[in-house]
Amino acid sequence: MSAAIEVEGLEVSFPDGRWRVSILDGVDFRVEAGEVLALVGESGCGKSMTALGCMRLIPKPGRIDRGRVLLDGRELLELPVPAMRQVRGAEISMIFQEPMTSLSPVVTVGTQVVEAIRLHEKISVSAARKRVADLFARVGIPDPAERLDAYPHQLSGGLKQRVMIAMALCTQPRVLIADEPTTALDVTIQAQILELMRELQRETGTAILLITHDLGIVNELADRVAVMYAGRIVEEATRHELFRQPRHPYTQGLLRSMPALVAPGEPLHEIAGTVPPPSDWPAGCRFVDRCPRAFDPCAGPAPDFQMLGRGHSAACHALAAEPGE
Amino acid sequence: MLAFVVRRLLFGVAVVLGVLGILFVLFFQVASPDDIARRALGEKARPDSIEQWKANHGYDRPLWPWQDFEDNLLFHHYSTMLSFDFGASDVDGAPISQRIREGAGPSLALTVPAFAFGLGLAVLLGLFVAFFRETYIDTTGVFLCVLGMSVSILLYIIAGQYLVGKMLRWFPISGFDADPAVLLRFLALPVLISVLSGVGSDVRFYRTVFVEETGRDYVRTARSKGAGEVRVMIRHVLRNSLIPILTRVVLAIPFLFTGSLLLESFFGIPGLGSLTIDAISQNDFATLRVMVFVLSMLFIIGQIATDISYALVDPRVRLE
Repeated sequence: MSAAIEVEGLEVSFPDGRWRVSILDGVDFRVEAGEVLALVGESGCGKSMTALGCMRLIPKPGRIDRGRVLLDGRELLELPVPAMRQVRGAEISMIFQEPMTSLSPVVTVGTQVVEAIRLHEKISVSAARKRVADLFARVGIPDPAERLDAYPHQLSGGLKQRVMIAMALCTQPRVLIADEPTTALDVTIQAQILELMRELQRETGTAILLITHDLGIVNELADRVAVMYAGRIVEEATRHELFRQPRHPYTQGLLRSMPALVAPGEPLHEIAGTVPPPSDWPAGCRFVDRCPRAFDPCAGPAPDFQMLGRGHSAACHALAAEPGE
Repeated sequence: MLAFVVRRLLFGVAVVLGVLGILFVLFFQVASPDDIARRALGEKARPDSIEQWKANHGYDRPLWPWQDFEDNLLFHHYSTMLSFDFGASDVDGAPISQRIREGAGPSLALTVPAFAFGLGLAVLLGLFVAFFRETYIDTTGVFLCVLGMSVSILLYIIAGQYLVGKMLRWFPISGFDADPAVLLRFLALPVLISVLSGVGSDVRFYRTVFVEETGRDYVRTARSKGAGEVRVMIRHVLRNSLIPILTRVVLAIPFLFTGSLLLESFFGIPGLGSLTIDAISQNDFATLRVMVFVLSMLFIIGQIATDISYALVDPRVRLE
């Protein structure tokens, strides 16, 4: 069975002077229908670019150099532009980090969601408005019929994000990409939005690619987790497995720097150094300069993925060298 | 809304009063009533006829209130202006309101089409180059804009009259006619030149506005829901760019009334452009103050209209 969305060897680069700098270097993952895959990593590791790559919305002058994005087995990167437009918003939708600025400030939110529906379906404005009102009710917007005619500045951040969710789900897409959907919101609102997303996902069976740097959110929502570092995925596992037994030194460092997971009184861990900019990424394993377990092979070619058990894999030379696994 | 307009109008009245006062002070720093009379009567006028002229035209009063509080030129200046009693030219005695009525038509016949075509063309071209941002089309467009801006309007006029008027003989070189059909042929060339000479800077301005808007998050949202690039530019980018566009457009409208001095003189259009300049050079205080008075009122109305139009296009703007 083909996954709802499957990404293979995605490579994205941006020009930097005379050269192109690669910012995604062979990203692979798949999300099944009804599953939530969390893509985790520090700022600048390429999470958002991966999301935009799936939509073919990499901002200029960046471009996708290689790779495949399969939606239900259909290759998206080779679709003609008008066909891709029909996929966006209908089969793959996206929720963005900034609900404050992601809605057009001069158009009512109802009209904006109606536009999303009418771009993909032949339906009258009044019928679309009725559907949007129902959707607003479903995503927990109070007085949905009145809120249709509200402008974004008249809504709170949490309500705006609910509007974005309604907009993303109005066409019942196969895949929903949520790029840091709660980062800009208050903690209490965060919990509500996460709860809403979980509920809607249970109802609709949409595959969700959740992009976040917050391991707490991963713990709330994700079935599986892919950890990204410097343009590559370094470890992938079920949520349970990843939190219980992280294998890649970077994942271990991330988890040990999480206040909630460290016993009271123990010092909080930090990963030495900072993420290098894409132009300075090492040729082999990109974590080598910050890795506590780095040894000779790490300077060589990039490590391959090791299967470490059911659905658990990591790319690290130190793991390959361990006997018996 | 109403309270806003009333308050702004009251401020506007204060501004107009200030403008009239400054005009009075500056004018009589440079010229005296004797100079006005001498201009009207000729340099060789006898002193008694100058006194006679001043008495006839009300310039025999002292200038300032502290010289004669009951009867002075400053108060007289204000009372005639505020009662809209524009009177006659100091130089040739022609009634000023009639002269403005006669000149406004030809001026507006030139400036309004030039403005409308220029605006439409500049917005379209701005959208076009912004759509192709960071490609060679964009670069070429900006290069042409800067080139067009850098050429003096005098060159456009002379080259246009020579090429289109003399060599190609498409349109007459210069002139004006009351018959609309003939007038169209007379106006085509000055309108074309006016549009050409102004379009460069306008396109660059609109391009900047549009390119800035295309980088915004809501544009990314529109694309992510499947909107095409043309739809994104027109429905989303243009709609959100209306505020900077309106600021530029509405504030330009009062100046349509003053006409275009250079174009009017080169193309022999009997408009208002030369009226103000002639009034300044001939010490024609009566005409000059009317032109300044009318323009300052139009300018203030234009500013209020700008603020009101903000509220119409941007729901975040409240007039209070």
